[in-house]
Amino acid sequence: MPNRVLNFKGKGPKENSKGAASQGAPEAGQDGQAVKKGTAGPVMTGAQILMRMLKEEGVDTVFGYPGGAVLDIYDELFRSGLRHVLARHEQGAVHAADGYARAAHKTGVCLVTSGPGATNTVTGVASAYADSIPLVVFTGQVPTRLIGNDAFQEVDIVGITRPCTKHNYLVSDVEDLGRIIREAFHIARSGRPGPVLVDLPKDVMAAQCRFKMPPDPKLRTYNPTYEPNMRQVAKVVQLLLASERPLLFSGGGVVLSGASEELRKLARRLHIPVTMSLMGLGTYPGTDPLSLGMLGMHGTCRANMSTAHCDLLVGVGVRFDDRVTGRTETFASQAKIVHIDIDPTSIRKNVPVHTPVVGDCRITLERVNELLDKEDLSGVGEKRQGWLSEIEEWRRGNALAYEQAETIKPQYVVQRLHALTNGEAIITTEVGQNQMWAAQYYHIDKPNQFITSGGLGVMGFGLPAAIGAQVARPGKLVVDVAGDGSIQMNIQELATAVQEGLPVKVCILNNGYLGMVRQWQQLFYDKRYSQTRMEVAPDFVKLAEAYGATGFRATRVEEVDRVLKKGLETPGPVIMDFVVDREECVYPMVPAGKSITEMLLV
Amino acid sequence: MEPKHVLTITVDNQAGVLSRVVGLFSGRGFNIESLCVAESHEPGLSHMTIVTRANAAVLEQIEKQLNKLVNVIKVQNLSDVPAVCREMALIKVRTRPETRDEILRLVDIFRCKVVDVTAEHYTLEVTGDEGKLAALVDLLKPMGIKELARTGITALSREKKTN
Repeated sequence: MPNRVLNFKGKGPKENSKGAASQGAPEAGQDGQAVKKGTAGPVMTGAQILMRMLKEEGVDTVFGYPGGAVLDIYDELFRSGLRHVLARHEQGAVHAADGYARAAHKTGVCLVTSGPGATNTVTGVASAYADSIPLVVFTGQVPTRLIGNDAFQEVDIVGITRPCTKHNYLVSDVEDLGRIIREAFHIARSGRPGPVLVDLPKDVMAAQCRFKMPPDPKLRTYNPTYEPNMRQVAKVVQLLLASERPLLFSGGGVVLSGASEELRKLARRLHIPVTMSLMGLGTYPGTDPLSLGMLGMHGTCRANMSTAHCDLLVGVGVRFDDRVTGRTETFASQAKIVHIDIDPTSIRKNVPVHTPVVGDCRITLERVNELLDKEDLSGVGEKRQGWLSEIEEWRRGNALAYEQAETIKPQYVVQRLHALTNGEAIITTEVGQNQMWAAQYYHIDKPNQFITSGGLGVMGFGLPAAIGAQVARPGKLVVDVAGDGSIQMNIQELATAVQEGLPVKVCILNNGYLGMVRQWQQLFYDKRYSQTRMEVAPDFVKLAEAYGATGFRATRVEEVDRVLKKGLETPGPVIMDFVVDREECVYPMVPAGKSITEMLLV
Repeated sequence: MEPKHVLTITVDNQAGVLSRVVGLFSGRGFNIESLCVAESHEPGLSHMTIVTRANAAVLEQIEKQLNKLVNVIKVQNLSDVPAVCREMALIKVRTRPETRDEILRLVDIFRCKVVDVTAEHYTLEVTGDEGKLAALVDLLKPMGIKELARTGITALSREKKTN
């Protein structure tokens, strides 16, 4: 059998019979003399091709978890020189790849086994899909002859993930492997990015073929629009110049396309205030006077009021999510809406749009700025005074004020964290109140610095995402702002951090409740706290120690700074457990289905 | 009720593509009234015809979302352009000595074919637009329709007439 492989001329039939792998493996790699010059490449197994293609795609780190169906791949990985971060649960591996992708601004890679390994990735994949994060997830699969037989650890993961991936593949022939991997990376990172899943049957990984580096992918059916239509861009410029009360609304697309610089330039030269979605935090400096902070359900008063009163709303890389718009009928009702996005489906999905621009956010803003270069902008600052002072009035109300009494307020912890880290830490969050307080009080100044599960809202995201971010940015301080509920959803990843020597810091805002759900129960369900009390939780200090990490606790206000300083200075992974006011709520809050100006304030 | 639209979709002829298209409709709550799909003349491509009911906003989303699928090559809405829409039905109708002539007269009028005959049944093959099929079914109902199979609409746009 192996000899037949070596005798192939050009593209022969696939070699995937059972047993070929074990017999054929020793042949691979020493194929130099047998290969005819110019006719074809070296004979390689599927697993070897996978490693080769990963390097070709610039991958240096894989987050994963081994298992029966991926033994061949892990065997190749062993000799490949690629870094592998061993998670403690496949969900953790995908979130880590997600955190890595965002902090490194490149495609994250995840490798897991078939069946339960694959299904455990689904939450992470769906989260990356909702947030448009470029990931390539490789799942093992049972051998092709067993597919459909309800084999051990078999699941139709391509079927399961069809609605929550940008695209997915089942590789049924080793000859297709190189091309598919190339397409997978291309699709994951181009256009509106997203996760792509590649399902790898065990026999295909063991099978051999002559490997030829596939050319750059040309997909007849997939061709994202990067360059905006200049007529639309010109219209946007006219609208910007004519507007009295313009507002920029920046989202995750600005982070993904690296449009932050262009956005800043545009905002500053035309004196336009900027509000951001949760995913867009950091695209405009949170500490800049023109920043209005986040808008929406837990947005700042000034951001929500400005949205209602602006005459022009320029959404860049946003999708007008229901948490942003509240009641769509009254959203930005006085404004003409300009919507810049690379994904045409985002446009007019939730709100009517006056001027749509399909294109890459960075390129589009660049074009807008180029056209503005030709305009005389000298009077703009003066013209904007009225609008900006109106906004200043809303800011003065300071809806984010809170009173730090005897028990520690969670907001205070985040505020102190911001102060003690000079606002320079990479922040990951879990989901719920902790996420909102992190968004409101840790004023993010740079893109790729705030990493949160925005669309899907996955509890248990923050710790593994912090691990991934720390792998991407070894020199940076990475802090997970967590709740006591969320942290328990992927606490096992603390072992990953310890094993990999990743000094991630976790701040638990511990209120003994599933705080956000409790808040809704308090406000809208007459304080019936149905199943939101976490009566039993581990001692997080001891738990940290049990994992070989370090734990600290603060129960009094005066301990907050001390614990933060000690925790941030301590090498290695650290858990800081802040016992906070149990019934603190996130304000402002717009009740579901209301206009975003109908805020509940403290 | 929302207006009806006939969409033709050219897709890669690959495993799972139908599932991607149908999954998109079900997952996003779009409506499918009928669906007809087969290989096209170009190797590797399939031609799909989907009849859906949707208002303008939903229709815009349907077309955009379909175009977003990696395996979808072209989406055309035939509601706004001249088009030929046809559907085929096989109808198994009961026959009695006194109804046979009448059924054959209908076959003649509707330009159908009798494709199978037994002592008590005719199976008719009929092609046409929806109105024609509905009219025939109405006329045959009193005689007793035993089984009915319809293909759903398949469609092509009309070419522009030259000169």
